[in-house]
Amino acid sequence: MTHAPNVSQVDPALKSELAKKGIAVMKLQELYNWGRRSSIWPMQFGLACCAIEMIATACARYDIDRFGAGLFRASPRQSDLMIVAGTVTKKMAPQVVRLYNQMPEPKYVITMGACSISGGPFKEGYNVLKGIDRYIPVDVHLPGCPPRPEALLHGLMKLQAKIDHQDIEKTEWYQKGLKREFPIPEFGPNGLLPPYNPEVWQPQKRKEITVPA
Amino acid sequence: MKTTEEIKTDLESKTGTSITVQGEALMVPKEKLFDVAKYLKDTPDYQMDYLSSVTGTDYKDGLEVTYHLYSIAKKEGPVVLKTKTDREKGVVPSLTPLWRGAEFQEREAYDLVGIHFEGHPDLRRILMWDGFEHYPLRKDYTQEDQDRNPEQF
Repeated sequence: MTHAPNVSQVDPALKSELAKKGIAVMKLQELYNWGRRSSIWPMQFGLACCAIEMIATACARYDIDRFGAGLFRASPRQSDLMIVAGTVTKKMAPQVVRLYNQMPEPKYVITMGACSISGGPFKEGYNVLKGIDRYIPVDVHLPGCPPRPEALLHGLMKLQAKIDHQDIEKTEWYQKGLKREFPIPEFGPNGLLPPYNPEVWQPQKRKEITVPA
Repeated sequence: MKTTEEIKTDLESKTGTSITVQGEALMVPKEKLFDVAKYLKDTPDYQMDYLSSVTGTDYKDGLEVTYHLYSIAKKEGPVVLKTKTDREKGVVPSLTPLWRGAEFQEREAYDLVGIHFEGHPDLRRILMWDGFEHYPLRKDYTQEDQDRNPEQF
């Protein structure tokens, strides 16, 4: 189906003037994104100590529910957001990818803490994956060891800003026939096979350093 | 509690083993390890009823297993036993028949260092997966390159 792109614009001055009278004028997309970003349901699972900070963020003092992301779901089928909170060991990585595959579109991922970003202090260890972004696409990388609850809230706000800017006509989960299934790594003789999904992640090219003569 | 030297002379006279003292530890030959441990557990003088830890170590020229024994009944301990074995086969008698708590710790030492405990009821890997082919805490273990090229998968 082809249709003309929506180019209608509301004068911002008129918009704010109307807002003062209690009238909200907006595109359908803005309303839709406002609704989506105001009720992000995270998946209720944690892998290590970052999960403790995630629990603290959900408790009364920091209260992630102020951002509409307080309804932790125990099932991936009902979740919008996966907070990978903690060290992803090689033994756990297939289960994390499988959980991600089971989530309905649209779905988002926050990697919380140094371990799930890159392996952190366990990088180059025999048992720890060097970042979950090797197997699944990640929206927000949240550094820290562990990140404080304020940092998780900041990461969530960054994700909300990302959702605000998504175009519902172009987002891939509205395209016809989209079926995203990320291959689940298998246990090999000396680690996971494959070590990363090349469609999602590529190792950085090493910079050639030329020494001046 | 008896000193390490006293325990050594007592064990040597009762079990007929030659034991060397290494610091606080008693180095026991692996053939006599089970007898020594059984003696320490059953004799009223010691009553070592609690095996606190089983540790496997790689010293490049051989593997060592360290046992820390405590007596909860007498509030004494630890008595530290050590035993040596070779790297290729690495067989040591299992102490699980004496202390049931040794079962998982021996499985861990088997998994990570590669010590085979003879007489263990269920010697399988406990932390790594079954198809893993190496012993990751050995000194000569080299881990995979997780950034290798797709052609090398």
